[in-house]
Amino acid sequence: MTVPFAIIAFLTLASAVAAMSLRNLVHCALTLMLTFAGLAALYLQLGAQFVGFAQILVYLGAVAILIVFAILLTRASEPPRRSRFSATWVVGVGIAAGVFGVLSGVILSSRAIAGVLRPPPDLTVRQIGDQLMGKYVLPLEVIGLLLTAALIGAAIIAMHEQRGSK
Amino acid sequence: MVETMDQIFVTLKHWLVGFAPGQCQPLFSAVLSVAAIILAFATLFAVTTLLERKGLGRIQNRYGPNRVGPCGILQPLADGVKALTKEDVIPDTADKVVHFIAPLVLVMPVLLALAVVPVGRNMAALDTDAGVLFFFAVGAATELSVFMAGWSSRNKYSLLGALRAIAQMISYEVPLILSAVTVIMAAGSLSAVRIVEAQSGYWGVIPNWYVLTPWGLAGFILFMVAATAESNRSPFDLPEGESELIAGYYTEYSGFKFALFFLGEYLGLFAVSGLGITLFLGGWHAPLPGLDWVPSWLWFFAKLLVIIAAFIWVRGTLPRLRMDQLMGLAWKFMLPMALVNIFVAGLWRFLPGGVGRWSVCSILVVGAYLLLGRLLAGRKQPGKRVYRYAE
Amino acid sequence: MTPLSLYLLLSALLFAIGLAGALTRRNAIIVLIGIELMLNAANLNFIAFWRYGPNPEALAGVMFVIFSIGVAAAEAAVGLALIIAAYRHYRTTNLDEINTMKG
Repeated sequence: MTVPFAIIAFLTLASAVAAMSLRNLVHCALTLMLTFAGLAALYLQLGAQFVGFAQILVYLGAVAILIVFAILLTRASEPPRRSRFSATWVVGVGIAAGVFGVLSGVILSSRAIAGVLRPPPDLTVRQIGDQLMGKYVLPLEVIGLLLTAALIGAAIIAMHEQRGSK
Repeated sequence: MVETMDQIFVTLKHWLVGFAPGQCQPLFSAVLSVAAIILAFATLFAVTTLLERKGLGRIQNRYGPNRVGPCGILQPLADGVKALTKEDVIPDTADKVVHFIAPLVLVMPVLLALAVVPVGRNMAALDTDAGVLFFFAVGAATELSVFMAGWSSRNKYSLLGALRAIAQMISYEVPLILSAVTVIMAAGSLSAVRIVEAQSGYWGVIPNWYVLTPWGLAGFILFMVAATAESNRSPFDLPEGESELIAGYYTEYSGFKFALFFLGEYLGLFAVSGLGITLFLGGWHAPLPGLDWVPSWLWFFAKLLVIIAAFIWVRGTLPRLRMDQLMGLAWKFMLPMALVNIFVAGLWRFLPGGVGRWSVCSILVVGAYLLLGRLLAGRKQPGKRVYRYAE
Repeated sequence: MTPLSLYLLLSALLFAIGLAGALTRRNAIIVLIGIELMLNAANLNFIAFWRYGPNPEALAGVMFVIFSIGVAAAEAAVGLALIIAAYRHYRTTNLDEINTMKG
């Protein structure tokens, strides 16, 4: 384990816990951005430059802003009067702990993942572009369609209902 | 001699790095690059504030600052001392931690963005394969800082200014990136250094810059307009419109933190102008074949100063837009125009060179411009201008 | 160098944190954030497996993450629009109170 990995992993996990447990929703959103940035740093550390930058561009630039706008529009930035956790929170935490237990058990006992680290592949943006336009062109088109549909759909759902009001 | 002057900073850095012990050399080299960026652009920031105040003064028929030093050239120094010694006021109800972090979140990504801009031959601090993407990615983080500043101040003007700024930045990021896409298509690379290399050479005495093609000119104009809006400068300075919102999202900032915001805003302007130079204006290449003896970094900063002068001129000339006009310009005009421009750039790539390619592409760009302009202005018939005077 | 299992453990922990948040919080926006966290944990797995796997030249892991980021962006946009629409109807984003099928 290297020192940069330890620092990034700690920051990512700590900010994820904060994002899930803080009282003020805007703080949750801001700490979530730290988690996303930490994940981008992990991608960069793993040699996936393009994905790391795309992660920053999409999550910090777009999703973050969407979330804070949603928080402001729903007046959720004021702390709630009642508990912020639902009544059955013990069950939820139990399930999550169980899932983590199973996953970590599998990871630690598996022999298939004792992979050796090869020298970093020379991944260029050109290669990604060639693959996107060649082998993966159909998924690319589908995702374009999906994003367009999501754009229009989100705008229509969130639009003010014109009926009844002037 | 010419070669020495051109590479003087690179040689200097290599010489300095040589003093560091073996293992620390990469780190030391990075620190040196960062220090050089901060030093160069902070100096440029000081020069620009003075130029801006002087230039605006001239445009508005007054002197501008002329008290500190000869002709007022020490004014930035006085401004700096004033900002550093002022009391740092934090509102009582503010979210202290977020309020404190916001200016840092603005300045850091901007400095990172400056790292990928090649300011001279072999003088990009970070030559990565996805440089332009990196630039836009870290640029996106500034929106978060604006939100943090506006929200944490607990002030309605701050929040309104921040929401305006974010809406504006997101809207204009789309044409900004789409107009940069044309250059990425033509150069076939996302690396800023490679894009500058692709614009080397001359056609007779005319440089091979992308701005000297039909799609390049349209792309450059779109890019610079979007850049003006991205950096919240007049005529797109609604987020900090003094007459409506006091100072927008940094109303509640004072002293050093305000200075940081100011610095971040100008550094952002330099960064995006630098990217514009890299993408369209040939980076550090000389504009004429015979002028190669001038050091490349000097050319870059000369172009940057010209663009800054243009920004100051625009600020002194154009009035501020209304919010709906601002959004309309981004979504109804610039976005379709940028998409048409991408198509034209693709056509340019595949048509055989010559007069035919020039005329087809020019007609397409100009036609789209006229058509879009006509469609948008179609319903509104400007009536006879009426003047009303105060009684 | 960091072994693969550490990345996988980190991702599993992130997934569990996201799941716990999505299951326990009352506010719909935080539930959506939890789901985003789970998606990101899966992305980290893809990248880690791509890097440590036998055939990094195939780029399958990277491609999957690129598409996953696109889908996540669409999901966030539609999800938040739904939350805003629900808020307009119920005047709350508390999931315990949004429990009637017919408005």
